[in-house]
Amino acid sequence: MPAAGYVMVVAVVLIVLALVYYLVSTIVALRQITSGLDDVIASVGEIVEKSAPVAEVVTTINAQLDAGVDMLEALLVKKAGLGDSMGLVDGLYPGAAAAGLRNFPESGTLTPPRIGEVYTKGTLTLARLGREAPIAAASPSGPAVRDAAAASSSARRLYPDGREYGAEALPRSPVIGTDAPVQYEQRDDIGRPRKRRPTRA
Amino acid sequence: MILWWIGDVVLLVVVVPVVVYLLRGVLAAAQSIVPTVRKIAGVAADGSKDLDATALLLTTQDQVARTVAGVADYGGSLDVILDDA
Repeated sequence: MPAAGYVMVVAVVLIVLALVYYLVSTIVALRQITSGLDDVIASVGEIVEKSAPVAEVVTTINAQLDAGVDMLEALLVKKAGLGDSMGLVDGLYPGAAAAGLRNFPESGTLTPPRIGEVYTKGTLTLARLGREAPIAAASPSGPAVRDAAAASSSARRLYPDGREYGAEALPRSPVIGTDAPVQYEQRDDIGRPRKRRPTRA
Repeated sequence: MILWWIGDVVLLVVVVPVVVYLLRGVLAAAQSIVPTVRKIAGVAADGSKDLDATALLLTTQDQVARTVAGVADYGGSLDVILDDA
């Protein structure tokens, strides 16, 4: 065999060795990929299994909450009227009245009375319990102050002409606060010793 | 004989480098997938572990049902004791 033949044999052996080395390394890498994908598939299977009942449970929860919201909206409008309801809502959550009540589409177009700018949040909470609030005694464990049986008569005493009579002609509630259009002067004698009149001789 | 030597030169200078270059590319691509797959496996395992809390949704569902029922009872009482607008 000539020398050129030996050289060709060496070249072919080099090619075969390179093929063996790189292909074996590739096989090892592909086996690692397969093992990793097995782990992924197992975890994804768990995810699918665990998340399967979520949609049904969340739908049920939403349905129950929807029923609660419907009931509370209806009760609020029934007891306070649509206008005052929006005033109460806007007083407790400023700006929320613009969205309106879900089951009363016309509520979003109303101008809510400025209840929240005059009364405190605690008063609003009591107001939500009724116009003659508080209905409870000084102590929560005590008897109710308000007579449920005579509630209509007490309301009539407070509003003998009916609450809405002439309400349109009445001025709106004053606006208070740092950004109020009318700023009232603050008395500077509050908290100081009372001024004593000069004693007569 | 000259052609044989030319074939040897082509084999050593052209074919062997091309074969090595292509095989290295395949190996590099396969090895680059391995850490990515391991990361995906870790994330999937963590996601599966996070979803262990979904069982608590059943408790939430029960609590929501009880709360709404309590609110309904309370609203019914308010409807009785308070005047309508």
